[in-house]
Amino acid sequence: MQVLITIVSLGVFCLLAEIFNLRKLLVPVTVIGLLAILGISLNLWAIDPSIDSNYASMIAVDKFSNAFTSLFIVLTIFLIALSGDFYKEHQTKISDFIAIKVFLLAGAVAMVSFSNLAMFFLGIEVLSISLYVLAASKRLDIKSNEAGMKYFLLGSFASGIILFGICLIYGATGYFNVAEIKDLSSGAGIPVWFPIGMVLMIIGMLFKIAAAPFHFWAPDVYEGSPSITTATMSTLAKVVAMATLYKLLSGLSSELIPTFEMVIVVVSILSMTIGNMMALRQDNVKRMLAFSGISHAGFMLMAILSLSTAAGTLLYYTAAYALAGIASFAVIIAVTRDSGNELTENFNGLGKSNPLLAAVLTASLLSMAGIPIFSGFFAKFMLFSDAIKAGYLFLVIVGVVNSIISVGYYFKLILAMYTKEPSAEKPAIPAVYYLVAVSAIVVNIAIGLYPSLVSHLLN
Amino acid sequence: MDVTTILLLLLIGSIATFFAGDKLASKVALVFSLGALGLSLYLLNLMSQGANISYIGEWMSSPKVSLAFKADGLSMAMVLLTTALTPLIVFSSFGNSFNNSKNFYALVLFMSFAMVGTFLAVDGLLYYIFWELALIPIYFIALIWGNGDAEERKKAVVKFFIYTLGGSLFMLIAFAYLYSKAGSFLIGDLYQLELTGTEEFWIFFAFFLAYAIKIPIIPFHTWQAKVYQKAPTVGTMLLSGIMLKMGLYSVIRWQLPIAPNAAKAYMPILIGLSIAGVIYGSIVALRQKDLKKLLAYSSLAHVGLIAAGCYTLTLDGLSGAVSQMIAHGFVIVGLFFAAEVIFRRYETRTIADLGGIRSQTPKFTSMFMILVLASVALPGTFNFVGEFTVLYSLSQVNIWYAVLGGTTIILGAYYMLKMFQNVMLGETNTKVFAEVTTNEAITFVAIIAFLLFFGLYPKPIVDLVTPSLNEILAVINK
Repeated sequence: MQVLITIVSLGVFCLLAEIFNLRKLLVPVTVIGLLAILGISLNLWAIDPSIDSNYASMIAVDKFSNAFTSLFIVLTIFLIALSGDFYKEHQTKISDFIAIKVFLLAGAVAMVSFSNLAMFFLGIEVLSISLYVLAASKRLDIKSNEAGMKYFLLGSFASGIILFGICLIYGATGYFNVAEIKDLSSGAGIPVWFPIGMVLMIIGMLFKIAAAPFHFWAPDVYEGSPSITTATMSTLAKVVAMATLYKLLSGLSSELIPTFEMVIVVVSILSMTIGNMMALRQDNVKRMLAFSGISHAGFMLMAILSLSTAAGTLLYYTAAYALAGIASFAVIIAVTRDSGNELTENFNGLGKSNPLLAAVLTASLLSMAGIPIFSGFFAKFMLFSDAIKAGYLFLVIVGVVNSIISVGYYFKLILAMYTKEPSAEKPAIPAVYYLVAVSAIVVNIAIGLYPSLVSHLLN
Repeated sequence: MDVTTILLLLLIGSIATFFAGDKLASKVALVFSLGALGLSLYLLNLMSQGANISYIGEWMSSPKVSLAFKADGLSMAMVLLTTALTPLIVFSSFGNSFNNSKNFYALVLFMSFAMVGTFLAVDGLLYYIFWELALIPIYFIALIWGNGDAEERKKAVVKFFIYTLGGSLFMLIAFAYLYSKAGSFLIGDLYQLELTGTEEFWIFFAFFLAYAIKIPIIPFHTWQAKVYQKAPTVGTMLLSGIMLKMGLYSVIRWQLPIAPNAAKAYMPILIGLSIAGVIYGSIVALRQKDLKKLLAYSSLAHVGLIAAGCYTLTLDGLSGAVSQMIAHGFVIVGLFFAAEVIFRRYETRTIADLGGIRSQTPKFTSMFMILVLASVALPGTFNFVGEFTVLYSLSQVNIWYAVLGGTTIILGAYYMLKMFQNVMLGETNTKVFAEVTTNEAITFVAIIAFLLFFGLYPKPIVDLVTPSLNEILAVINK
């Protein structure tokens, strides 16, 4: 709870910074503030969770929420560090944008620490509304407006479905409190609204993580939004929604009923396959990453199938995926900041004109493809190994085939960087992009070399 | 002192090469690879005196993966093959100049590091990581420094990457499955597993996909010829000399002992496919117009025979296969180097454009001739020892296997000598063929000396590998 409060205060501070004319200092100060909050969050690790779980039983801080909260804070630090240069042209609005990102983080933290469905919904709305605003934040660009509008319409529809699901669950059990619902759900005589409510909530969450067949918004929104928002959506927001879905399902019922499991398997297969197939055909890097994100959502859904044991695996996968995503988006934003589009052509010859950024992008793509030594490999391996233990060998084979397909489009970009000639002189790139890209990939490789650092936290 | 020092030395060498700058890169790489050779010889000496040079340490506890490197005769033989060929390959490239050579040589050493790791690792996941790691450097070596049309090269290299990665991922599933059964990746624990018939079949099949693509065995060979042709000669040497031996070594170390019953049940199919590769490779090699492609198909034929030897599950088959792996590693590097020597002077690899070189450079001609004869397994060369032992073991299983496999010697002699005739003999070429330089001659002499020495005295190598092969056979026949 301290974490949530400090985050919100930091957000308010960002808004006030505008008044005191602290624009220049805003990004560094926010980053330092977030680092301090990260310290608080890590400090809570050793503390007994039961002490901190009593805010009208709204928030329960346990190891799961603590670990994910720390991950979200790290991702937000990277994203805000990138924002400084990205919003250079919009100095007057920079404090708004930064504040929205901090509030987004507050929503994210609420989403993984809830112990009451009302808090869960509050979190999801704070997160989503921040994203709607960020998606449409390039006010004069028609595509950004379209993206914001599309995301808002479809996203609020999904929120409505979730709310409906919560209502049905309340109707069935008479509680918003997660622990109480879990007790009742295992008993006999639970009304039929309960599973219906669960299904509606799952559908809403699948929409938020952009899993097929609820993925149609993702490519357009990702492409139209300003790149930094796309980075936020594809790394932070996706990871948040995935962790929340996991927490929701493991919190509400002790074990998934087989029909639900079947549904998750089908959605997972569909997401992996559709995401990969469509990604193969893209020549816009942001669209490609959107589709690749859909397929990663399919992979992450495998964790749901071993609900009681896969928390560590999910944390590891999301960390690996999000760090690789941050690194690649840092490079993408740096390379395309002056060109006005994100076509693959922008990356031609990057291996010659800027070897460091090319190497970072290559490494992050290799991590997403699941090549050893990068953490993406262990992430996939742990996922596969959990799924095999749960008896889903077939799903693992589909996952492997999809990993092979994904190499096709990740390598398209790598090929463009190393085999084509650079088109023109590249302008100088501010140091912050190097800093973010390199540190994200270094952390990625570090947890690839010592997977126990992360995967152990929740076991 | 244990085997991890070799790995460390190669890794440090790779980093040092990168930071040495473009001018010094090749020399630094040579120094470090020679150092690795010296170190592995020293460790071999320690091992033969009975010292324990294996290493085992904890890496992560869930999933339980250890840093386990075991050195026995078999793996040390393969490590020596790698560390002996790496300096040769680096040295052979001294006549070429590469853009960005610091990256190039750093990748070469890194690949050597990954391959040594593959040969030493006895923890399934660790082994898998090294196995995949070897793929990344060769991908970039072939892609960036390769020759020929960029678009075609890209296609060939990407196909190679996706093929091999695809095969390996099935091996990863097999490991994940075995882990869920055994609770450990250590090879000893995997050997102990009691698998049912169906399980064994699928495990065997998953391993087979990975290895058949890497070796390659028919019908998984389609990536090979194009990549050999398009890669720079150093890349081709690394691929054909060492990397495909990773597949053959893994068959012996992992596939056969983990799923022995499947190997026994499907022996005719496995040997049949391998021998089909021998015949197919030889026939296709006959019709090649490009020197490097011809050598690629000859390589396909030879490794087919080695694979057949492995799948006989007899001591002779396995030991012949290991000898032949080493011999083939050296001879194919020598042959590709000969092609490179010709290319440096004539700028072509098309056989029809060559000819009439002999009278200009008798030295080169005789060295090339010895390599060609070694490649067709003339008695007195180490290749003869390997090939003969394999054929003998095949005849023990079924005489017809030996008869069909034996065609490699006849057909091999035919296409290799025909190639030699077209490339070297005939009327004196109008273009001047400069005499081989000292550096080039040193490379040839080193390879030839090795092949002839062990051809006449193969005992040290056979003695080195036999005990470990016996251990593996004991597991297979338990």
